[in-house]
Amino acid sequence: MLQDIFVTGLVNGGVYALLAIGFSLIFGVARIVNIAHTAFYMLAAYCFYTLLVKAQLGFVTAALISVVGVTALAVLCYRLVIEPVREHEAAVLIATIALALVFQELMLLSFGGHYLGIPSTLEGGVRLLGVSIPYQRMLILAVAAAMLILVWAVLYRTRVGLAIRATANDLEVANLMGMNVHRVAMVTVALSVSLAAVAGVVVAPVFVVDPFMWLAPLVTMLAIVVLGGLGSMKGSLIGAIAIGYIEAITVFALPAGAYLKGAVALAIMVAVLLVRPEGLFGVAFEEER
Amino acid sequence: MYLARRAWAELKNEILVLPSRTAVLLWVLALLALPWAYGDAYVLRILTMTCLFAVFAASWDLLAGYTGQVNFGHALYFGAGAYASALLSLKLGITPWLTIWAGAAVAALFGFASGYLVLRLRGSYLSLATLAFPLITLGILFAFPDFSGGELGISGVRRLAVTPVANYYIAAVSMLAIVFGLWALADSKFGIVLHAIRDDEVAARASGINTLRYKLAIFSIAGAAAGFSGALFAHYLRVAGPSTLEVALSFQVVIWGIFGGLATVYGPVAAVFLLYPLTEWLGSFRNFGELRLLAFALIVLFVLLFMPRGLAPWVRDKVEGQCPRCKQRNGAWRSVCRLCSAPALS
Repeated sequence: MLQDIFVTGLVNGGVYALLAIGFSLIFGVARIVNIAHTAFYMLAAYCFYTLLVKAQLGFVTAALISVVGVTALAVLCYRLVIEPVREHEAAVLIATIALALVFQELMLLSFGGHYLGIPSTLEGGVRLLGVSIPYQRMLILAVAAAMLILVWAVLYRTRVGLAIRATANDLEVANLMGMNVHRVAMVTVALSVSLAAVAGVVVAPVFVVDPFMWLAPLVTMLAIVVLGGLGSMKGSLIGAIAIGYIEAITVFALPAGAYLKGAVALAIMVAVLLVRPEGLFGVAFEEER
Repeated sequence: MYLARRAWAELKNEILVLPSRTAVLLWVLALLALPWAYGDAYVLRILTMTCLFAVFAASWDLLAGYTGQVNFGHALYFGAGAYASALLSLKLGITPWLTIWAGAAVAALFGFASGYLVLRLRGSYLSLATLAFPLITLGILFAFPDFSGGELGISGVRRLAVTPVANYYIAAVSMLAIVFGLWALADSKFGIVLHAIRDDEVAARASGINTLRYKLAIFSIAGAAAGFSGALFAHYLRVAGPSTLEVALSFQVVIWGIFGGLATVYGPVAAVFLLYPLTEWLGSFRNFGELRLLAFALIVLFVLLFMPRGLAPWVRDKVEGQCPRCKQRNGAWRSVCRLCSAPALS
């Protein structure tokens, strides 16, 4: 059981980290609470399913097309729907909720509400420390780690990353220094959604694909981001691993754990917020006026 | 005779001079007169639900719009009211006329508790933390299926009244009472303090306002109103299920509130009265039924592109203007202010 907890927690934590870091990024740069973030994850899974099972493309082609396509769609949605109402925070909020609903209903219409299965990318598994780990889960972990390193490289080793961090730090000053903050926001949207899309593609063979698959990870992701501190990459990563393990422990160790896994994770988030209102690694914001 | 003349004068000078007040009057009269004019059971059913959700949306606006505590888990109070009232009336056999008050009281308690927990949080942290509460409650309910009925919920709850017309009047009258009550509250000194807390909590505290007490009070009041509507909802549908606690309902009320216009009370009510019957009507077409939620989301998106501040403030600014001197509102067609006769700046 301990080994099960170890593996499940690590794999789920990796997926959550991909989602949470993308969400945190877009919140930090553009102050958008993007409820549609996991809807893009759902779209990527559906796209991958269509290309792989219906169009019989290879795994790599299907995955690449899905990620690029969903990212392009996200940038388009941002330009058409979010940018015109950027000054009104409340309007942005319900625009993202409405977008998520639109995607959910579109998928429900075109694929129906039943679960879709996707064949594993890699068959077989390996026995490690007395617990069998399917290769698919190893792949998820590897991809998550690779993407996280890639994001770190983009943010801390390129000029674009510098611009993103500067904008997140202070939008107005970044604008005065000659950065095109609108374009920076757009790049950030693309970066963050591509992370969600990668997560959607890699987990599609393990989880089932259905139009409502965005809701459960959405709540967990929000819990992680709040736990780690909004806008903090390090916090999101540590929060993701922590919540992944907490869920795994609840499911394996408690009676009726499957029902309680969300509740326990959220209760821990609330408990942390009571002690540290700005999350574990959040910066205590000065009063924003 | 004197009273009648007095009433007419009030009506003419206070209500009919402003299009928005006239619209509210017409709306109230239409609501009360509807069963005589058009007593179709289906229409009455939809409007009963609309009234209940209008209370729910208005209570959210008091919390999110006026006080700035944007609550993403407002379904908690709705569900608490529904479950408490249903359990009390079913397990203990108490008459529903009493249990709906008990449901509101339990929801107020939940409001107080959740408000107490998030007192130190602000902004997005508060929104996301409040999202957790209904889900935690839902997880606990699912873990004890004997008590809560699990995923099926508690069914077989007694109705308040038998006929559709009586049920409609219960919902409509309590909706009018609560919504006007909340409106009066929001317009009172209490409401001004709420505005101050939203705009600048530190400044409000520096002015000697105990903001914590006000925030707890508003969480309890909003919780009680939402719980009352939840209890009525459970007794109307005769079931209190997990759908009353779901994320979808919490998001729904956020959409209604912002679509109608924040910090207005009448905005969210107007949004519910437009959007809920509209989506139900769209759903009644056989080929169109599946597109209901899609159409709802698309309408919200498109309307938002043109009216980012919400529907009600946009319409109100079109038909009314503010006098530049005395700050009273005037019909947009007037060239001088009706009170101080200052020329209106276009």
